[in-house]
Amino acid sequence: MVAPLIEAAALSRVYETRRGVFGKVSSVRAVDDVSLKVSPGETLGVVGESGSGKSTLGRLLLGIDPAQHGRVTFEGKPMPTFGTAEWRASRAKMQFIYQDPLAALDRRLTIATQIREPMDIHELFEGSARTDRVAALMAAVGLRHDQANRYPHELSGGQRQRAVIARALATRPKLIVCDEPVSALDVSIQAQVVNMLRDLQDELGLAMVFISHDLKVVRNVANRVAVMYLGRIVEEAPSDMIFASPRHPYTRALVSSVPVPGQPLKGRMILQGEPPNPADRPSGCAFHPRCPFAIELCRASVPELRPVEDLRAAACHLVDSANAPIAA
Amino acid sequence: MIRFVSIRLLRALVTILAVVTFAFVVLRISGDPAQVMLGPDVPQDAVDAFREAWGLDQPLWIQYLAYIHSIFTGDLGISMRDKESALQLVLERIPATLQLTIPALLLKLIIGIPAGVYAALHRQSGIDRGVIMLSILGFTIPSFVMGLLLVLIFSVTLGLLPSGGQGTWMHSLLPTITMSIGGIGLLARFSRSAMIEVMGQPYIRTASAKGLRWSDVVWQHALPNAAVPIVTIVGFMVGALLAGAVVVESIFSWPGIGRLLVVSVANRDLAVVQCILLLIAATMVVSNLIVDLLYGWLDPRLRGQAAH
Amino acid sequence: MSHLVEIRDLKVAFDSVQVLHGIDLNVGRGEAIGLVGESGCGKSVTWLAALGLLPGKAAVSGSVRIEGRELRGVHRSALESVRGGRIAMIFQDPSSALNPVLRVGRQITEAVSLHRGLRGETARAEALRLMDMVGIPDARRRFDLYPHEFSGGQCQRLMIAIALAGEPDLLIADEPTTALDATIQAQMLDLLIQLRTETGMATVFISHDLGAVSQVCERVCVMYAGRIVEQASIAQLFANPRHPYTRGLFDAIPRLDGPRDRLIPIPGTVPDPRYLAAGCAFAPRCPNAAAYCDFQRPALDTLADGRHLACFNPVPPANSLPVRRKILEGV
Repeated sequence: MVAPLIEAAALSRVYETRRGVFGKVSSVRAVDDVSLKVSPGETLGVVGESGSGKSTLGRLLLGIDPAQHGRVTFEGKPMPTFGTAEWRASRAKMQFIYQDPLAALDRRLTIATQIREPMDIHELFEGSARTDRVAALMAAVGLRHDQANRYPHELSGGQRQRAVIARALATRPKLIVCDEPVSALDVSIQAQVVNMLRDLQDELGLAMVFISHDLKVVRNVANRVAVMYLGRIVEEAPSDMIFASPRHPYTRALVSSVPVPGQPLKGRMILQGEPPNPADRPSGCAFHPRCPFAIELCRASVPELRPVEDLRAAACHLVDSANAPIAA
Repeated sequence: MIRFVSIRLLRALVTILAVVTFAFVVLRISGDPAQVMLGPDVPQDAVDAFREAWGLDQPLWIQYLAYIHSIFTGDLGISMRDKESALQLVLERIPATLQLTIPALLLKLIIGIPAGVYAALHRQSGIDRGVIMLSILGFTIPSFVMGLLLVLIFSVTLGLLPSGGQGTWMHSLLPTITMSIGGIGLLARFSRSAMIEVMGQPYIRTASAKGLRWSDVVWQHALPNAAVPIVTIVGFMVGALLAGAVVVESIFSWPGIGRLLVVSVANRDLAVVQCILLLIAATMVVSNLIVDLLYGWLDPRLRGQAAH
Repeated sequence: MSHLVEIRDLKVAFDSVQVLHGIDLNVGRGEAIGLVGESGCGKSVTWLAALGLLPGKAAVSGSVRIEGRELRGVHRSALESVRGGRIAMIFQDPSSALNPVLRVGRQITEAVSLHRGLRGETARAEALRLMDMVGIPDARRRFDLYPHEFSGGQCQRLMIAIALAGEPDLLIADEPTTALDATIQAQMLDLLIQLRTETGMATVFISHDLGAVSQVCERVCVMYAGRIVEQASIAQLFANPRHPYTRGLFDAIPRLDGPRDRLIPIPGTVPDPRYLAAGCAFAPRCPNAAAYCDFQRPALDTLADGRHLACFNPVPPANSLPVRRKILEGV
C-alpha cells in the first residue's frame, strides 16, 4: 500500500463558548477522535449536515486550527505549529478552497496578480516563468487570457471559483482541501467546476479532501467518502459502495433524503426529530435519539469506528449484529 | 439580571474613577491655581500660604489619595474662588442647563426620528432628498456658527428675540434651537438608514406577504427592529444632557453648568471643575447602562448575552 | 375551465433592465406546479410581482387574476386582502424570514386574526393548532419563544403555520428547502405533500432542485432568462425533456447511482439581463442552436402531447433509450 500523503490520528477539537462576557462557559466538541488517511492522488469526500464538524476537520487537517488532541502527519512528518515560519513554508504543499470565492479573493487586485502571489511568496519559479505559469494556470481552469486583468467583481461566481482554484494550484500543491467549493454555484456551472477539479486531479496527481453536504457531488468527485455526525466519522467506504449500500442508519437516512424522481418519499427513511446541537451532545451514540433502530446499548456506550467488511468501516452497535438493519 | 446590573455598575464605577483621575492629573500639571487666583504680582509668602491652605504643597499622590477619599465620603471639595461647597455651586446651576437641554432633546426626538423614518419610507422622493440635505447641513454646521447665525438673524436683524441671558421663555428659544439642530440632523440620518436597512429584511416581506396593512407592517414589524440603532444614538444624547451645553451657554451667556465649567477651568478652580466632570461622567455612564438594558428589552437575541 | 390564478404577459424591469419577459401561467385549484431554473431566471420574481411584493423601483406590467379578479394596478388594500388570505408565500431562508423581535406565537396569531377575525384565546388556540399541524413539538410551551430559539427547519415550519393561518387557496413556496440540511429537507417536502393532501390548497413550488420538484408537483415550468421555455407534466418532462436547456439541467446533475462518469455541463454562463440577444436567450449555450436562433426568438407553442415548448430545434421526442434511462436515474 502507498504511504499516505496526509494522516490524521485521533484528532479532537473542543471550542469553548460563552453566552455573553460573563456567561456560563459551554464546550462544543466540534471534532471528536477522528482518524483518517489520504493517499497521493486520492480524493476523500467528507459529508455531513451543519454542526457535523466537517469544516472544522478541514481546518485541523491543514493545521489552520490547532487540534487539542491527536496529530496530523504530512508526508511522514508532523504538521508544523500554526503561524511558524515552517508552517508558512508548508503552505506551498497544501491549499484550502472555501465556499465563497468573493470573500477569498482580494477585490482590489486583479485575478492574474492574485494567482501569481503564492509563487512570489514562496519564491517558486523565476520571474518570467511565473508570468507564463499564471497564463498556463488560467488556461487550465478555463479562464480566458483576456480575463487576467479583471477584478473579482467583474467575474461571475463560477469564474471566481476558477480563479481561486488556479491560485491554489500555483505552488504545485500535493493536497487541496475544498470546503463546499461548488455549493454556491448554479447547477450548470457546478458541473463545469466539478469536471475541472476531476481533470486537474488526474493530470496533476493531487490529493483532495472534498467537504460538502451535497451527496451527489461528493459521490461524483470522491473515491472514498467519510460520513460525519456530531464530530465523529460514523461510516467510511469507497463512494460507490457507501451510497449504493449504506450500512450506518444515519448514512441510510442521508441517502434516502436525496429526492429521486418517480420514487415517492413515503416508505423512504425520513428522520424525525431535530438536527443535533453540538453543544448538547447525547450520551452514547450521538445519533441514538433520531435512530429508528436504537437499543439500550446505544444510549449507554459510544460505538467505535471499526471495519465491518472489506474497505468499509462503520460506528454502529447494530451493524453486523443479529438485529442489524439491512440496507433497504 | 441582578448579576448583570451589578457587573455593569462596577464597570461604571471604574469608568468614573478613570475620568476623575484623568481630570485630576491634567488639571494639576496644566497650571498653578495659586498664580491664577492671586494674580501675578503677589508676594511668594502669600502664594505659599495659599498652597498650604489648599493642600497644594503636598506631593501629587497624597493630594490624589486625599481627593479620592473625600469623594467616597461624599465631600467634593470647596471652590477656591467662592469658598463654597463645589457641589452646591454646581447643583445650583443644573436646572438652568436642563432648562435648555431637555427641550432640545425633545425637539431632536420629535423632529429627527419621524423625519428620518418618513424619508426612509419614501425613498428617492423630494422629501427624502430634502431630509438628507437638511440633516447634513444640521450636523456639519458647528453650533457656535449656528448660534451666531441665529443671533444675527433673529436678534440683530429682526430684533424678535433676545440674544443672551436668562429670563422669559423667549430667552431660551435661540439656545434651545441652536442646541437641537445638530442632533435633529444626526437622528434623522440614523433613523433613515436604520429604517431602510430594516425595510429590506426578509421578515418585512413576510409581514407584507401575510396581508398586513402597510401601516401595520411599518409600526408592528419595522419600527421595533429599527429601534435598536436609534436607541444607541438617543442614549448618547441623553448622556450629553449636561455636557452638551458648554458652547451654547457661552454664546448665549446662559448661567448653566457649561458656562460654570468654562469659567472654573480658566480660574483653575480645581474642586468645581472636578465636580462637574464627575457629574458629566456619571450621567454618561448611567445613560449607557440604561441603553444596555433597553437593548435586551428591544431585541430578545441580545437578552441571552446580557442576562445569563 | 376557469383557473384559480391566471398570469398573462407579466413583465418586470428593474432600473429599466427587463428581467421578466412576459410570463403566461395558469394555476388550477388544488394543483401543484413547480417552477425550475437557475438563479436570476425570474422564478421568484414572477410571484413577488404577482403579489406586489417587489420594491418600488420595479416596473411591473401585465395581468394577474385570481378567480377572474385583476390584481395588477388595484389599490393596495385590495392586494393586502389577497396576500395571506387567498395566496400565501413562504421563503428560502426561514431564520431571517421571521421577525426577530416578536414572539413566534404572536406572529402566527397576527395572521389568524387578520384573515379569520379570531381574537384573544380563540386566536391563540388556533395558532397552537397550526403549530401542532406543522409539527412543532410542545407548541404550548414554545408559543412565547422568539425565532432565534428555533432551528432553521422549525422556523420554516413556523413560516408554513403562518401561511396556513389564512386558509389560502394557493401556497407559493419559494425555495423552501434550499437553506436546510438534507434530512430536514426531506421532512419539509414530506410536510408540504401532507398539507396539500389535507387542505387541498394549490401549491407553487419554486426550486432549482429538479428532484425536489418532482416529489411535490404534477406539472413543471422550466424558466430561463425571464421566460418559460418548457412546461410539461412531471412524467413527460422526466421521461423526455424537449428543450435543450431542460435536457442540459438533467445532464448536469450528478447521480447517486450508476457509474461515476464525468458530468455533462452546460457551457458558458447565464446571460446578463442587460445584454440579451435578440434571439433565443439560450442560443449561445445551446448544442442544437442554428444560426437563426441568435436572431429569432421561438414562441412558447403547445405541442400535440399538451406540453409547451419554446425551441426551434428541440431534443427529438423519440429519444434513444440509454439517454432516457440515464435521465430517469440521474436526478
